[in-house]
Amino acid sequence: MKNEGTETTYTIPVGPIHPALKEPIRLDLKVDGEEIVAVDVVVGQVHRGIEWLGMNRNNPIQNIYIAERVCGICNISHPFAYIMAVEQAAGITPPERAEYIRVITAEMERIHSHLLWAGVAAHELGFDSVFYLVWRVREEIMDLVEYLTGNRVTKAMFQIGGVRRDITEDQFPRIRKSLDYYKTVFNQLKTVFLDDRTIRMRTKNVGILKTEDALKLLACGPTGRASGVSKDVRQDQAYSAYADMDIKAITPDVLTGTVVGDIYDRIIVRLLEVKQSVEIIECCLDEMPPGVILAEPKMAKVLNTLKKAEGEGVGRHEAPRGECIHYVRLESGKETLAVWKIRAPTYVNLMAVPTMLKGAQIADVPIAFASIDPCMSCTNRAVVVDTKANKKSLLTNEELHRLCVEKTRKLSNELAR
Amino acid sequence: MEILSPEKIVKSFKAALGAGFLNAKIYQREVAVKKNLFTSIWIYVKRQAFRKAVEHICELQEYPHLAIISSSDLGDSVELIYHFTIYYGQHLKELSLGLRISLPKDDLKIPTITDIIPGALFTERETQEMMGVEVTGIPDNRRLFLPDDFPQDVYPWRKDEKGPYDLLRVLPGHSCHSERSEETQDPWEKK
Repeated sequence: MKNEGTETTYTIPVGPIHPALKEPIRLDLKVDGEEIVAVDVVVGQVHRGIEWLGMNRNNPIQNIYIAERVCGICNISHPFAYIMAVEQAAGITPPERAEYIRVITAEMERIHSHLLWAGVAAHELGFDSVFYLVWRVREEIMDLVEYLTGNRVTKAMFQIGGVRRDITEDQFPRIRKSLDYYKTVFNQLKTVFLDDRTIRMRTKNVGILKTEDALKLLACGPTGRASGVSKDVRQDQAYSAYADMDIKAITPDVLTGTVVGDIYDRIIVRLLEVKQSVEIIECCLDEMPPGVILAEPKMAKVLNTLKKAEGEGVGRHEAPRGECIHYVRLESGKETLAVWKIRAPTYVNLMAVPTMLKGAQIADVPIAFASIDPCMSCTNRAVVVDTKANKKSLLTNEELHRLCVEKTRKLSNELAR
Repeated sequence: MEILSPEKIVKSFKAALGAGFLNAKIYQREVAVKKNLFTSIWIYVKRQAFRKAVEHICELQEYPHLAIISSSDLGDSVELIYHFTIYYGQHLKELSLGLRISLPKDDLKIPTITDIIPGALFTERETQEMMGVEVTGIPDNRRLFLPDDFPQDVYPWRKDEKGPYDLLRVLPGHSCHSERSEETQDPWEKK
């Protein structure tokens, strides 16, 4: 209800240290009562100048490891895109077997990332038991990652011209065991997330991104696909072992028949992608060609080639959150890269946030924002500024989270009545 | 939507841009076991023809995906590459299309394309603050990643005197750049 002559909209800055987020960012929400009328996104709180290091300090091989540290979750996606760009620039062809091992590690990353997200989403909605359940389910893939790469987080699998570790025949049964586990729990997860009435009420028709907006704002990954944009680098472009498989981008209409572009659709896309990743790994195991895993095992020799190389390349990989792209330019005689440009998927998906949050309620912010699976960090508080009275009040993480949980409880109680 | 071959795409650019078209390069490589082709196209255009080139890409596919603008300091000039992808949505049909424009150092200006592709805003803002290329007509002129108290005339990606070298704090035992100013030298080196 608007009163004539009185200010009715207020600005709420959420962040840079903020709920729903795993890394810092600031959202300035303009609200009218409980309804959000406009959003401004302010980024840059964790800009670490990684590209600068690659252009001024590190040689191209050291860069693989710094690329791995761009993000804690996508630490396969960044080196993957990076080495593809370098290999193009220097004209190095990795052996076929290495391409398959790369794809297996990349798909394991997708499974763990999507499950991690599902847990966070359940937590944001106030279903902590589901959060524990999903993260328990995620442990299986983490164990497999450790078994195959030696590490749980930064896997250091990628090398220019191949991979560091082989995946051998005698390891296959252990891999298949994990994949079978995911096949058995998949339906259970589907029931928990897609059939629960309260989750449906909280996520259906909330945070909508229409197909046209998604295309104009360049949304990618599950965020774009949930809005009906059939864009998936694994499907679209011939790269690595994905080119040998018949991969189809998953849009929510394969399950529901329609595309709404809301949070519910984003849950559908991610869940189905877990299943798809399991199938891709199985396909890799079945068709993995024999042979070496590195084009040139002597790294000093590779470094020498890279120092003399002149050229440029673009590496594109479908990370769990969307297309990850690295542009690399090599100049002869230069120890470092001449140019290195990274674009992570959240970079473009953030532009869709204002559109998504417009018209939503404050209590929907944590789940709506989390629904793009933003790759940024942990939160603590938000400040509510009453612009008219110049008053500030604190809305802590707990409080914002409480608002979100209360809304879920209210809906559940209404349902029970 | 009709899917053109890389050669035909280059031809269509030539026809659409006329004298604004400088040159083009098609890069292809075979991948994995089935030897499918990874394809990227590089189109080099004059600045005057830049907006027309972007409009032409929108004719190839109604909503092309602009991934990022990369910029390189080449000494006398700054080279911008607009990394587009077109023909996505179909199995292995996608092409990477790099639109390349060279700007002289004394006139670093490029028109905005946010009216054609609204999602280009973030990367245009980043190019402005990091490379010092003025994007004319940009709807939101603020910085994106750099903090507000970062010096106005320093651009982190530049390799000339406008680079960030004077701002570096180098740890003992490392030397990053030989021409460091007095106060930024690390204390261990001082007598």
